[in-house]
Amino acid sequence: MSVGILMLVHTAFNRAEQVARHWTKYGCPVVIHVDASVKPKAYKKFVKALDDVPDVRFCKRHKCEWGDWGLVAASQSAGETMLAEFPDVRHIYLSSGSCLPLRPVQELKDYLAARPRTDFIESATTADVPWTVGGLDSERFTLHFPFSWKKHRFLFDKWVDIQRFLRVKRKIPNGVVPHMGSQWWCLTRQTLSAILQDPDRDTFDRYFKRVWIPDESYFQTLSRLYSSNIESRSLTLSKFDFQGKPHIFYDDHLQLLRRSDCFVARKIWPHANKIYGGFLRSPEGAIKMSEPNPAKIDRIFAKAVERRTKGRTGLYMQSRYPNEGWENGMTFGRYSIFQGFAQLFEDFEPWLARATGVRVHGHLFAPERAEFEGGQRVINGALSDAPNNRDYNSIAFLTNLIWNTRGERQCFQVGPRDEGAPVWFFARDPNAQVSVISGAWAIPLFKSNLNFADIRKEAARLQKLENDQLYALRSPYAKARVRIWTLAEFIEAPMEPLQTIIDEIGPEKARRLSEAPKMTDLTGFGQFLQNLKNQGMHPYLMGDFPVSQAETDQKKPPRKPYLVQ
Amino acid sequence: MSALQTYRLRVRRRHRLVRAIRKRRELRSMVDRTAQIKSTDLLTFSTLRNERVRLPYFLDYYRNKGINHFLIVDNDSDDGSLEYLMEQPDVSVWHTRKSYKRSKFGVDWLNWLQFRYGHNHWCLVVDPDEFFIYPFCDTRPIRALTDWLDASSIKSFSAMLLDMYPRGPITEQPYQAGQDPMEIACWFDAGNYTMTKNPQYGNLWIQGGPRSRVFFPNEPELAPALNKIPLVKWNRRYCYASSTHMLLPRGLNQVYDEWGGEKASGLLLHAKFLDTFTTKAEEELERNEHYSGSVEYKAYAERLRDAPELWCKWSEKYINWRQLEILGLMSKGNWA
Repeated sequence: MSVGILMLVHTAFNRAEQVARHWTKYGCPVVIHVDASVKPKAYKKFVKALDDVPDVRFCKRHKCEWGDWGLVAASQSAGETMLAEFPDVRHIYLSSGSCLPLRPVQELKDYLAARPRTDFIESATTADVPWTVGGLDSERFTLHFPFSWKKHRFLFDKWVDIQRFLRVKRKIPNGVVPHMGSQWWCLTRQTLSAILQDPDRDTFDRYFKRVWIPDESYFQTLSRLYSSNIESRSLTLSKFDFQGKPHIFYDDHLQLLRRSDCFVARKIWPHANKIYGGFLRSPEGAIKMSEPNPAKIDRIFAKAVERRTKGRTGLYMQSRYPNEGWENGMTFGRYSIFQGFAQLFEDFEPWLARATGVRVHGHLFAPERAEFEGGQRVINGALSDAPNNRDYNSIAFLTNLIWNTRGERQCFQVGPRDEGAPVWFFARDPNAQVSVISGAWAIPLFKSNLNFADIRKEAARLQKLENDQLYALRSPYAKARVRIWTLAEFIEAPMEPLQTIIDEIGPEKARRLSEAPKMTDLTGFGQFLQNLKNQGMHPYLMGDFPVSQAETDQKKPPRKPYLVQ
Repeated sequence: MSALQTYRLRVRRRHRLVRAIRKRRELRSMVDRTAQIKSTDLLTFSTLRNERVRLPYFLDYYRNKGINHFLIVDNDSDDGSLEYLMEQPDVSVWHTRKSYKRSKFGVDWLNWLQFRYGHNHWCLVVDPDEFFIYPFCDTRPIRALTDWLDASSIKSFSAMLLDMYPRGPITEQPYQAGQDPMEIACWFDAGNYTMTKNPQYGNLWIQGGPRSRVFFPNEPELAPALNKIPLVKWNRRYCYASSTHMLLPRGLNQVYDEWGGEKASGLLLHAKFLDTFTTKAEEELERNEHYSGSVEYKAYAERLRDAPELWCKWSEKYINWRQLEILGLMSKGNWA
């Protein structure tokens, strides 16, 4: 007999019975503590069920509640019983009713026999670890906690506030440096008996009774006083989530648990028949001496916690609907928006697709319909091009599109006509790259065959709309990568800005542009603008466009006449 | 939320409960096996009318997932649904001829049954064409989920309605009793859902999917709501305020995270669009017993005449819950 098991049980008695039988079958005596709040009938039934097992003892019962002294008292009573009744036991292992041995008991015995003086107890000072949930770390040891956190949360919180205000600071008993760690330990007889038989135990008990969650600090602190060799880790595999409650293992974790090489795991779902069946049977094969290796399980649970606290960037769904500013990224990935380019260049969209290899849409927020690439009516994720559907929630339309096309950059056109475009949204989105040639909306009007009065009216409307859009893009809230040129500015040297934009979009095609998009013919555009001005409508968003066509014509030297002799 | 608003909601909840209790008189118990219900049992509540062909698979599906007892209101079926249900060993069934519409689309009847039998039980409220999918549903029963929810102090669990449809015309593949409807209707829309917050009740209002895409492209605001909270650790003070879309007290509607994280959630696969749908739509249109003047059924009947296809090139084919999780329709949250 080298290892004795203490088992704290409050529910799932049939499973506890199964595990207790397993331990004793392979020569480990078990002392069971049953929560005092368990009904006498259930308790009696449980005791009776374990009648026939000689090496099982039941100890004095205490009322156990999470974060309460009861759990320490239970461990103390169980430990005392173990020390008194089984003098051969060298290591005492504290476990719960939902703990399960994963490796053959003999391996645990061998492992501990090879380390006869070592105490396995996770124990760290509060200053050094960020484990605590709820913001109370060193204060656990310096304030009083008479109220239950689970049942009287309000009183608990208020009482903490009052003590903080009054600057209450409890005296920590002499020689004690508070330590914390997992409550599932494995101590040597020497250490445990030194703790339990300490002449100052009353002082310590009195102090720890008013500490918050003493089961995570009582043994962890006191073992530091007596142990000659502490190995600060728990032999029990027990993962906690972000609220400080243990993760539960199910049947589908069977292989994972097998490969972890941990001795004991907590906590197992009581109905996980495959796990109980798989581990509680006679060992087969050679005895291993490997160290526990829970890295893979750690990773899975760490991921789960991250999913719960951070979530997936750019996803809006039934159980993730972040408040503004809490999105961890408003959209899934980068995308580019062009304003005015498709008006200035005749073949801009196909050219951009060729130059960058990304997906180029038309005006997604056009009043007629969403102009998806290639004129598709429906696109990834069954997103429809129906304008009413889109405008019903244009932000969701955009975030859905970016989410649905994960891994593929999207480019699309926007213009002042697209009144439904969520300009404020993408202006604030750091994932957006917005390039604007302001005033380019006048080009289609210039080329159109409308009456001039209508053109004038439409020009005034579009100029106002674009001005509003530019206001959003220039606002201090704008986090997008915004570039704005006036039309006049842009046509002077179009290739340079294009090259910059393309370089930013396509890392894989970082080469010089070999072909330029074809600029539309602007002969007479200056005069067109002048005509608008003459009618009292001042187009100012294009910048200083050369007024008369004559000026540009002059630059071309007249053809030299030549003589035929 | 001001004290006055809180008080108003409280009054509304009380009113709902009183109404539900009053409406109990409309229900006539046909077979009452509720004495079998044990204190830890998982219960399913449902209202139905003429769903005989769907019942065998529906009951088996939920039995396999670990539901212990079904409490069903039969709204005057004439296709043998009632008789079939009465034969089942784990079903208690009530019959009524009264108006579905005037009982708030069955909510009053089920609120009463939940008030009477659901207290302190995990209750799942689903229609016979809704199939509950949750994280790890291929390896863990519903009890694993509810135990975890209990341990996490979570009282309600969200499951958005995901409309499933077949490829080709709806009438092409007839549905046989006992068949898995997902064999026929195995396609869904993956990413065209929009949501807004309901400031009064605190729930999300989700719309979209094929019904919005095909039947309501021009009036998206009329498209049916898809947000549902079907699984609740019931207390007799609770009530559903509008179908299973929202609950009172409003704290139960907080099934989504607002600080960037994801809470665990599931889906209700909605196998409405089988060959039985066309006759159903016509019948329901005649009865005019559905929400907002049966606007939904009017739109269906209108479009169904030109035999539309719900399927499109970008429809996804259903594989399993992991696929739905990756697509972002549901989430594991911190359940691992």
